Amino acid sequence: MRTAIARRDFLRAGALALLPTGAQQAQRDTAVAPLQQPDLAGRPQDPVNDYANDPFIVGVERRLRCTCGCNLDIYTCRTTDFTCTYSPALHREIVALVQQHKSADEIIATFVAKYGESALMAPPKEGLNWAAYLLPGVAITLVGIVITWVLVRRNHVRVAEEAAAGAPSAFSDEDEARLRAELDQVES
Amino acid sequence: MTVLGQLALWLALLLGAWGAIVGWVGGQRGDAVLITSARRTTFALAGLLTVALVSLLIALLRNDFNVAYVASYSSRNLPLPYKVSALYGGQAGSLLFWGFILTWFAAAAQLLTPRRYAYLMPYVAAVTSVVTVFFVAVTVFGANPFDRLGFTPMDGNGLNPQLQNPGMVIHPPMLYLGYVSITIPFAFAVAALFTRRLDVGWLHAIRKWTLLSWVFLSIGITLGMWWAYVELGWGGYWAWDPVENASFLPWLTMTAFLHSVMIQEKRGMLKRWNVILVGFSFALSIFGTFITRSGVISSVHSFAQSPVGNFFAWFLILGGVFMAWLTWSRWDLLKTEARLESALSREASFFFNNLLLVGMAFSVLWGTVFPMISELVRGTQVTVGPPFFNQVNIPIGLALLALTGIGPLIAWRKASPGNLRRQFFLPVLVALIVGALLAAVRLSDAYAGIAITLGAFVTTTIVQEFVRGMGARHRLHGESYPLALARLIGRNRRRYGGYIVHLGIVTYFVGFTGLAFKTEMEASLKPGESVSMRSPFGQELTFTHLGISQYEALNRFVSAASVEVTRDGKRVGVMTSEKRQHVDSFGRPTFEPSTEAAIRSDPREDIYIVFAGAVNGTEEAVYKFTINPLVMWVWLGGAILVFGGVVTLWPGGGPTDRATRRAMEGYRTQLVGEEAGT
Repeated sequence: MRTAIARRDFLRAGALALLPTGAQQAQRDTAVAPLQQPDLAGRPQDPVNDYANDPFIVGVERRLRCTCGCNLDIYTCRTTDFTCTYSPALHREIVALVQQHKSADEIIATFVAKYGESALMAPPKEGLNWAAYLLPGVAITLVGIVITWVLVRRNHVRVAEEAAAGAPSAFSDEDEARLRAELDQVES
Repeated sequence: MTVLGQLALWLALLLGAWGAIVGWVGGQRGDAVLITSARRTTFALAGLLTVALVSLLIALLRNDFNVAYVASYSSRNLPLPYKVSALYGGQAGSLLFWGFILTWFAAAAQLLTPRRYAYLMPYVAAVTSVVTVFFVAVTVFGANPFDRLGFTPMDGNGLNPQLQNPGMVIHPPMLYLGYVSITIPFAFAVAALFTRRLDVGWLHAIRKWTLLSWVFLSIGITLGMWWAYVELGWGGYWAWDPVENASFLPWLTMTAFLHSVMIQEKRGMLKRWNVILVGFSFALSIFGTFITRSGVISSVHSFAQSPVGNFFAWFLILGGVFMAWLTWSRWDLLKTEARLESALSREASFFFNNLLLVGMAFSVLWGTVFPMISELVRGTQVTVGPPFFNQVNIPIGLALLALTGIGPLIAWRKASPGNLRRQFFLPVLVALIVGALLAAVRLSDAYAGIAITLGAFVTTTIVQEFVRGMGARHRLHGESYPLALARLIGRNRRRYGGYIVHLGIVTYFVGFTGLAFKTEMEASLKPGESVSMRSPFGQELTFTHLGISQYEALNRFVSAASVEVTRDGKRVGVMTSEKRQHVDSFGRPTFEPSTEAAIRSDPREDIYIVFAGAVNGTEEAVYKFTINPLVMWVWLGGAILVFGGVVTLWPGGGPTDRATRRAMEGYRTQLVGEEAGT
C-alpha cells in the first residue's frame, strides 16, 4: 500500500510522534471533522492496519470460512458485510497466530481444530472427500471413453463386415472422394 | 381484497384438480367435451391466479398492514416499484407469483400450439394443472400470503434493502419465467409418452418453448450476477452459492437438451436421452426452489425455513418416480433410428457436448449436496465453496468452450480429412498465434490463457462461418455484404442465432478470465489523503478521499463517501459509495445498514469502491478498493447470448416460397442437364 502524505500532515505526524499516546488520540479526534449522524453511518470501523492487506494473511483468510453462516471466506466477509462481527474477530485471531510466526498450514490446522472441518472453504483431500473431487471428472472420463470405444468398435465392425461381404462399393474410391469433396463444398 | 384472493386460490385448487382429471381422462377416451373442458380450465386457472395476485398487489399498494405478508415486506415509505417487487420479495408471494406465471404459460401453450399437435394438448393441460395444483396447495397450506395478523401495525418492516435495487425488480421474474416455462416442455414430454407418439412431433411443438425458457433462464442468471455485483458489495458476481447453483443446473441441462434435440431431429437418435433431459430439467427447476425454501442447505439467498420444503421434497420424489415409470414403460418406443458412425462427426461432438454439460451439472449438483452427504456418512460438516467448484468445473468449462467451436463446423455422420482441414485450419492457426502471444507476454494464469486461446479459436470458427455465408450470398445474389449478413441471419435464424449465442459464451469466458487478475485492498483515509494501487494493465490508480456527506433520501438516511480517482495522473472522476440506513415512515431504523458500491466501468476494467464505514464517527473513512478487469465483457456476453437466443426464437426465418421454387427450379435444371450430359 502506498499512501501519499501531504507535507503539512507529514510534519504534523512528526510532531505527534514526540507526544505521549493520549495526546495523539486527542489530536486525531480533532483533526478530522465528526459526522453529524455517526450512528447512521454503519458500524464504526477501526483504522486499517498493514495486516488487513497482508497477502499472506489474505491468502490464509481466503481458505477459511467465516462462521457467521454467510458461506463466504473470512476475507470476503470482513470486506463485504461490514455488519458482521464474526469475520473481524476471526481476522484478529489469524493476525495473532501470524504474530506467533505460525505458517499458513499451522494456522489452518488451528482453525480446523477449533471450528471443525467446516472452517475450510473446500473439503480437505482425504477419505470420503476424495469422492467430491474425483467423482465428476472420473464419471465424465469413463463415459467419454465408453462412447469413444463404442464408436471406434462400430467403425471397425462396419469395415470388417464390408470386407467380409466382399461387396464392391457402389462407388469407386475416386467417386467417393469426389462425392465427399462435393458435399464438403455444399456444407461450406 | 384478501378474501377475494383467498377465494381465488381455493377455487384454483379445486379447478386445477378438475383440469388434471378431465385432461387425462379426456385424452385417454378422446372425449371432445372433456378435452375442451381441460383446455378451458387452463384459461380459468390463469384468470383465478391473476385475481389472487392482483389482490395481493392491491393490499401492498394500500399498505394493508393487517395482512402479515404486507407488514413483513412493505412499508409506507417504500418506493412504488419496490412495493410491486415486494410481491415476490417474500416466500408466500413468490410462490403465488410462480403459480401465476405457470398458469399463463399453460394457457399460452394451449392457445399458441398449432392444431396438428392437438393430440398432445389434453395431457399437456393435465400436467400443467397438476403442477398448478401443487403450487396453489403450497401457497394455501404452506405459506399463505393472505394470512392476517391479530392486530394492525402502524407501519410495515419494509423490503430488505438489498432487494431495493432495479436489478432485483427484474431478476426474480426473469428467473421464475425461466424455471416455470420448463414445465411446458416437460408437459409435452409427458404427453408424448402418454400418447406413445414419440416421433419428432413433440420436439417441434416444444422447440420455441424450450428456447424461451432457456432465454429467460439466461436473462435471469445474468441479471442475478449483475445484482450480486452492484448490490452485495463484494466485488464479484458468482460465488457458487447453493441458490446460484440451483439456477445454473437447469440451464445446463436445458442447454444440453437444445443440442441433443438437433440429433433426434436430424438422425432420430437420443430419444430416450431427450425425454430424460427434459424430465431432469423440470426436476432441477423444482430442486432449486426446494433448496431456496427448505433450509437444508445454508445459503445467503435462502428464505426463512418453513414447511414448504417438505411439500417440494415430496413433489420431487413422487414426480421422479412417476416420470421414471412412464419413461420405462415406453422404453422400447424410444429406440434410436440410426447409429452413430464416427467419433469425428457432428453427432459425436454433440454427444460429447451433452456429456460435458450434464457432467458439469452433475459436478455442480454433487458439490452442492456434498455437505449433506458428508454429514450423513461421516457425521462431519464440510464446506464446499468456490475453491472446490472452480477446481472441478473450470476444466470442464474449457473443454465445453473448445467443443463450442468444433461442434457446429464438423460434418454430420463422418467428417472427411478435407472437411476438417477446410473448417479448422484457420481457427487452429489463429488460436496458436494467440496462445503464443499470451505465452510471450507471460500471462500469469494458465486457465485464463487457455480460455482466451480457445476463445480465439471459437470466435474464428464463427467469423469464418459468417464470412463464408455472406460471401456465398454476395456471389449468388449480388447482395451487398451488410444485406447479405442480414439475410443470412434472417433466413437461417436457428443456425446463425446459435452462432451468436456461441459468441456470447466466448465473451462470457473472456470476462471470466478477468477474475484471475482481480486486485483489491483496504485503506482508511482522512479527507485529502490518498492511496494508490496498480491495475493489472500496469496503470497507477490513485484514490483521494474527499469527505463524507450525510442526508435523507426517500426511505433512507444516506452517508455518502466520495473519492476522487486518477489514472496515471489523469483525473477519472469522483466516485461515491454509500452507507444506507433504511428507516420506516416514523424515522425508525428498519434493517442493518446496507452498502452501495461505486462502480466505474470500461471495457478494460471496473473500478469498484466500497465505503465500509467511518472511523470513530469522524470523516475518516474505511474503503475497500477493487480493480476488476474485464467485467463489462461478462454483461456484454449475457447481452449477446440473449440476443442470439431471441434471433433463434424469432418466428419465421425459413426460406421463402419464391426462394424454394427458385431452388427447385435450379435443381431440376441441373438434373436435366446432367442427364443430357450423360
